[in-house]
Amino acid sequence: MRRRVFMKSGALALVTMGLSPSFLRRSAFAAELRRAPKGKVLVCLFQRGAADALNMVVPHGEAAYYTMRPGIAIPRPKRGDTSTTIDLDGFFGLHPALGAFEPLYRDGILAPIHAVGSPSATRSHFDAQDYLESGTPDLKSTRDGWLNRYLAVSGTCQACDVPASPFRAVSMTSQMPRILDGNAPTVAMASLGDFSVRATGSATERLEGLYRTGSADLVHASGKEMFEALKMLRSADPQRYRAEHGATYPASPFGQRLAEIAQLIKAGLGLEVAFADVGGWDTHVNQGAATGQLATRLRDFSQSIAAFVKDLGPRMDNVLILTMSEFGRMARQNGSGGTDHGHAGAMFAIGSQVSGGRVHGKWPGLAREQLYEGRDLALTTDFRSVFTEVLTRHMGADTTAKVFPGFVSGTPAWELLRGGA
Amino acid sequence: MILVPCVTLGLVGVLSSVGTERIGAQSGAQQGELSTSEAAHHVLNRLGFGPRPGEVERVMKTGVSRWIDLQLQPRRITDAAAELALSRYPDLSRPPAALREMFPRPGVLQRAAGGQLSAADSMALRDQARAGRAFVGQIMSARVAQAVTSERQLQEVMTDFWLNHFTVFVGKNPLMRYCLPAYEREVIRPHTLGKFRDLLGAVAKSPAMLTYLDNAISVADSTRPTLVSREATQRRVQFARRAVRRGAQRPGARVDSATFERLMARRPRGLNENYARELLELHTLGVDGGYTQQDVIEVARALTGWTVRPGRRDDDGFFFNAAAHDAAEKVILGKRFPAGRGEDEGEAVLDLLARHPATARHIAHKLAVRFVSDAPSEALVDQVAEVFRNTEGDLTAVLRSIVTSKEFFSRAAYRSKVKSPFEVVVSAVRALGGTADSTAVTAALVARLGQPIYGHQAPDGWPETGDEWMNTGAILNRINFGLAVASNRIPGARASDWERYGVLRGAQRTEQVDAAIAAFLGGSASSDTREILMSGTNPLLAGGQTDSGAVDVDATVEMSVEGANMPPRRRPGRGAPPERQGSPDSMNVRNRFVPDRTNPLRTPPLGATRPLTGLDLVIGLALGAPEFQRR
Repeated sequence: MRRRVFMKSGALALVTMGLSPSFLRRSAFAAELRRAPKGKVLVCLFQRGAADALNMVVPHGEAAYYTMRPGIAIPRPKRGDTSTTIDLDGFFGLHPALGAFEPLYRDGILAPIHAVGSPSATRSHFDAQDYLESGTPDLKSTRDGWLNRYLAVSGTCQACDVPASPFRAVSMTSQMPRILDGNAPTVAMASLGDFSVRATGSATERLEGLYRTGSADLVHASGKEMFEALKMLRSADPQRYRAEHGATYPASPFGQRLAEIAQLIKAGLGLEVAFADVGGWDTHVNQGAATGQLATRLRDFSQSIAAFVKDLGPRMDNVLILTMSEFGRMARQNGSGGTDHGHAGAMFAIGSQVSGGRVHGKWPGLAREQLYEGRDLALTTDFRSVFTEVLTRHMGADTTAKVFPGFVSGTPAWELLRGGA
Repeated sequence: MILVPCVTLGLVGVLSSVGTERIGAQSGAQQGELSTSEAAHHVLNRLGFGPRPGEVERVMKTGVSRWIDLQLQPRRITDAAAELALSRYPDLSRPPAALREMFPRPGVLQRAAGGQLSAADSMALRDQARAGRAFVGQIMSARVAQAVTSERQLQEVMTDFWLNHFTVFVGKNPLMRYCLPAYEREVIRPHTLGKFRDLLGAVAKSPAMLTYLDNAISVADSTRPTLVSREATQRRVQFARRAVRRGAQRPGARVDSATFERLMARRPRGLNENYARELLELHTLGVDGGYTQQDVIEVARALTGWTVRPGRRDDDGFFFNAAAHDAAEKVILGKRFPAGRGEDEGEAVLDLLARHPATARHIAHKLAVRFVSDAPSEALVDQVAEVFRNTEGDLTAVLRSIVTSKEFFSRAAYRSKVKSPFEVVVSAVRALGGTADSTAVTAALVARLGQPIYGHQAPDGWPETGDEWMNTGAILNRINFGLAVASNRIPGARASDWERYGVLRGAQRTEQVDAAIAAFLGGSASSDTREILMSGTNPLLAGGQTDSGAVDVDATVEMSVEGANMPPRRRPGRGAPPERQGSPDSMNVRNRFVPDRTNPLRTPPLGATRPLTGLDLVIGLALGAPEFQRR
């Protein structure tokens, strides 16, 4: 697609010259890489397709919510009725399918953030996902992702004694997502089980040799990285993994990806940033209310995350999970029992360091004049404010000036995280 | 060595007398223009899915220009092989309604059977369900089979290109699969080298696209006038309701009133912008094509009523529903569309979009990326876009301007493209001279490499550039694919299918390596690659002529098509087809469909392991080499 080519033309020019970004990673940037304080991990989970924030974190205290969504609103909280909103603070509540989040919220390690997202006005999935992943809303020429810039830009975080690991940044996806694309080395894999060459002995060595030598182009560089990563993973022995603390992951692809991220963390492979995504949120048609299509997705989403938290146990002291989606959905339901593309959305932050047990973000209201363009939840928190707080206070970055160029975090009146890194 | 200046490639037949050139020689002209052998490899890799055995020589004999000319006129090429391959899929030529009856979804069967099932009934149900899944496998398999066998290679490449440009997702809803054969056969294929406007119009009216991007359920907002008075519609609904109530009293009535009310409640009741947005952003103008959110809404309004006749046996094609059409005036891209034109208005919108300069540029750029390089020059794109505009989107003329350009035959473009997974698999089968695999295994391998056929959720289609396809995981899958081919585990793409296999098996390593480089690596490999292919011995020469005596185990291949190599849920005869990945929403997401591997951690390395030795190992290494990943 032209747009993507345009964004990446800088990288492509280098490839043409025989110098790929991967090659650059190993020379120019390698020396500058700094690491987070030992053991700190950020897990970013992307709900692709624009999750319906108003039905995830339900503003049951808003009468307008119920008038605008006669067919799909989540009923007001009713004690003992599991088909109603789970009340959080008398005004907001969780979708009943997010029940697995409730104990985390009560324990004070989960915080919803409402009316958050990209300031861009776009309602295109592709643009909005690009902006969320590039971290530069309305600027299409950015070619790398913000997570990668965090990894690559010198001085973002404190020095660390862990040697460079090919698993420093891992995406549990078959393709490298834009958010992790860029100069810093990253690994993408659909699953850990897939990550092995189906040959042994000298054949593997020869295959490795095919990529060790020759030109430093895109294909060779990818191959070189792969064989390095392979050796490390083999030593971690992923086949013999068992979840701890009685955690049970859903058998869904998303659940399995989270189980694998947990494995990587426990294997001590130097994982610092992990990414996974989950689709099916683009609920234009028949999204359902307390049950139905969206509820099914939310159940898998929350149960997978809750299992991850349980499995990691005390390790959650060093881990922070951040969920995100490209935008929210229209405040009103549409003509097909669903919701069309909207504006502000909601995120969840989960971890011991999170100032949980309350809903963060300034609530803009749902009255007609309070809606963005008269139709969508208005934005009160730029997602970069959240990212900045996480990168500085959790990951220990000195500055995020190069991660979010030109962005000055407005007024973080709310404290998402407790204490410093 | 005969060097042919690029500018002469426009002359028919000028390249025909090059039989003396040694294929496989390292070109002495790395910095200069392409040799004739390189040019032949180049066109076979770009206008086709790679050479079959002997094909480079045949193209050189025909002449590169003449071969291109022929490919641009596919009807002049007889194509018995593809017809034969396609004849193995007789079901795919049936209309959607017939397919629905032949391969009903298990749920439908169960309901039809009612509550009580005998053992025999259950068995029959299971068989039916299996047949239904096999049908989805056939759809995917037929695409690979045609790409492998067809002599009309450019038509196959363009089919791949347009099916990707106008992508639809099999998992969108349970009915999508029945639309796919007709979508490919009647909507895409007839127009691949025709007029862009015809293609755009055929897509816009196809049940597959109307469903995939929700236009089928987009209706005029209640504040807008339609072409049919609301009172009349209301009267019809009430009449139907009364009829159903009366009918429901009778035993055996087809629809009870509760079902009817539920159907009525699910009736579309408003505008859906999904198709309109992607029509502008992806299909025509491009994301920077200069349209606004208001244009999206106005286009959506103009296309209200463009829908599919619901669920009838004889006719489930395009249907213009006047009662759903927003009949008020619209302004699109600054042009006024007067009220009340009905279906013609949508046609006029498509005319406007197809003729728009932004569309010419968008399509020109995307084709240049596909055929020339990941970063084509502005000059080339301008030139191609101009041809697009001057010929009113004549795709043959557009293609001709690309594949006869100096840039196309430049050294910089040569082997600069990274193959997509589809191209990796199809080119491997072709290089081996393999036959089309009539099981769904080869198609499943394409999925395994990251590009499931009809499995891309988002409307932007698969990437056309190498940086998107290349990462550590991708290269791993490709290496494993090569090993699976070499260990004879892939029907239709077994190393032993290679016509030279028998002769080469007992040959000297040098001869094996030369042949592998010629067949798989475009005739030349880096000295490093060659050295690695050369290392090791041939056990057949060292220790007798039997396989059993070959204990010089270079490798133990664990990969198995039945095991780790296959995404279990997509395997024919087991697991569900990928529909559950989707849902009745628009799946408007950018991430790619990943086969559902419910428990990848515990996927055992199933299947007998077989040591890779001698020629097999050479083939495995060649297919795993960086050179094979490019075209």
